[in-house]
Amino acid sequence: MWKRREEDHSQRQATPPTSAELAREGIPMSTIAARNTEPEGARGGALIGKSVVMKGQVYSREDLYIDGEVEGTVELQEHRLTIGPNGKVQAGIKAREVVVIGTVHGNIEAADKIDIRKDAKLVGDIRTSRIVIEDGAYFKGSIDISRTEVSKPAAPAPKPQGAAVTTGTPQQQTLATGSANPKP
Amino acid sequence: MTTLLLKERLKKIFVGGPAAPERPAASPRGPIVSSRSVRATESGTSYSRHSHGLEQFFSHIQSDQNLWILDLAGASQANVGFITSLGHRLYSVDFLRTLDTTFDATGDDPLAGQFDARRIGRFLDENLDFEDRFFDGAMVWDCLEFLAPPLLKETIDRLHRITKPGANLLAFFHAEEKAVSIPSYNYRIGDAGTLLLTPRGPRRAAQHFNNRAIEKMFHQFRSVKFFLARDHLREVIITR
Repeated sequence: MWKRREEDHSQRQATPPTSAELAREGIPMSTIAARNTEPEGARGGALIGKSVVMKGQVYSREDLYIDGEVEGTVELQEHRLTIGPNGKVQAGIKAREVVVIGTVHGNIEAADKIDIRKDAKLVGDIRTSRIVIEDGAYFKGSIDISRTEVSKPAAPAPKPQGAAVTTGTPQQQTLATGSANPKP
Repeated sequence: MTTLLLKERLKKIFVGGPAAPERPAASPRGPIVSSRSVRATESGTSYSRHSHGLEQFFSHIQSDQNLWILDLAGASQANVGFITSLGHRLYSVDFLRTLDTTFDATGDDPLAGQFDARRIGRFLDENLDFEDRFFDGAMVWDCLEFLAPPLLKETIDRLHRITKPGANLLAFFHAEEKAVSIPSYNYRIGDAGTLLLTPRGPRRAAQHFNNRAIEKMFHQFRSVKFFLARDHLREVIITR
């Protein structure tokens, strides 16, 4: 008899509470609603909510979604930064990928890609490999596309045929085999 | 009998419906301007056409790399993609949008604010504040047509200051004189000789320019070259 009651209790906890139950318990509905409407870009990463104001340096080792106000610097090593529709960022930004839906005042350096969405406002200089700008976005600043050249595998060294005779300076030999660091 | 005839006529009118919009014929080299595509502007749809001015502009910058190009049409995927694919760097400003916000174009006289010297100075410092001789080329499009004389003069002086000797400016001027409002466009680059024009709606022209007035306006530049397009636009290449 006691055992059965415990089972019933655990089953009740597993099922989500109905709105009538929540109202009875005095839990505000908005709390649950906010959890359900979590922005898609924030899933699986950190989130700075729209009522948060931050000043200083932000470092993150995971994807970050900013929907609040941030002033200072934002640095994400190898991760994606999304500035949500309510986000207002006044900062220098460094990340692998940056998606701007809200407002940014500051320079952005994205190793991979910058995506400026329709209603975004971005004032600052951009340095990236790829850029996507939707019509309707406001952008003022410079765009510098850094072309990351795929390093070609070094050509196989020619097989020695008998006694090797080296001619030319060492510098000439390096150029002939394909230098990995060509001079600009 | 008459009822039957009437019914037939009505059937022809309604079943036939309006003629489907025809696409402008494209040449192997890309889209060309046609009378139909020009007509499309009046109905407010985008169209593309060949641009001799654009062709001339790119012929000057295609051989080099890492040049700085100024684009006053605002950032667009097409322009950014094309300029950066040539290996150049781009500075982008939506000149007309910032013009409207700075000088409050919502009032009865949208040009009234453009006579205020203090506002002119602030506007140019916010939008065209660069080192002397910084840019290797500037795409000005039709922006100059909407500037009142004091702002126009200051803007041209500033463009002269921030461009390198030998740099080209690409500017457009409407050829129809005495028109109160003229169509303005978003200019998107299709390729080195093709433009895609999307109407932004009519705007009040601040001044009207004939060829002589345009030459006089750029008197401090080395040369001014005109190309007359078929959609009432004069394309002008101004060499610093």
